[in-house]
Amino acid sequence: MRVTILYFAWVREAVGVAEEELDLPNTLQTPLDVIAYLRTHSAGHAAAFAETSRLRCAVDQKIIALECEIGDAREIAFFPPVTGG
Amino acid sequence: MITVRIQTDDFNSGAELALIEDGVGAVSSFTGIVRGQGGLISLTLEHYPAMTEQVLKALADEAATRWSLAHVTLIHRVGPLSPSDRIVFVATASAHRAAALESCVFLIDRLKIDAPFWKKESFADGRETWVDAREGDAHAVDRWR
Repeated sequence: MRVTILYFAWVREAVGVAEEELDLPNTLQTPLDVIAYLRTHSAGHAAAFAETSRLRCAVDQKIIALECEIGDAREIAFFPPVTGG
Repeated sequence: MITVRIQTDDFNSGAELALIEDGVGAVSSFTGIVRGQGGLISLTLEHYPAMTEQVLKALADEAATRWSLAHVTLIHRVGPLSPSDRIVFVATASAHRAAALESCVFLIDRLKIDAPFWKKESFADGRETWVDAREGDAHAVDRWR
């Protein structure tokens, strides 16, 4: 499954890029699965995804819980809890 | 009328209010300002462009329906800001004060937990830190459920 992965804030800084195109194995069903997969990519990914409790996820621009299904996602974003306003 | 803008430039609160003071009865607003405490020299706002405007528009629509608002204005700045700069502006217009005031609080409470913005602080001593989400902000929205 070809997916655009986006990173924001300190997740972006730890990974080292703002965005990457990846072919995700079809066995990955939830953001938690994607996180576990991404951790193996580089030391930066491992650092960014070390603590899942500090991460939030949006699939196709909608925030979803880390244990929900990603379905036919085209864009998955990982970021810390938001701090706007 | 619903107005949503995400911009690097400053905005003029008075001019924004004048646009919605059109005989409707009650106008309420909230302006968020960068605090300059603890040696802060700049605050940089990052956001998720493809998502931010959708979220703000959905919030504005929800408030407009729930309180029968005549106008909603939401402006959020991004990029580097300095102490005393305006960050965010919420304004609502309605026939009566309760709807204008309540919907204004609703919008800033929800914006803080729903909208994909992140703040990074830079201090005079060279430290840079991402602001942590405040647990109080998550609880503040409970009253609107």
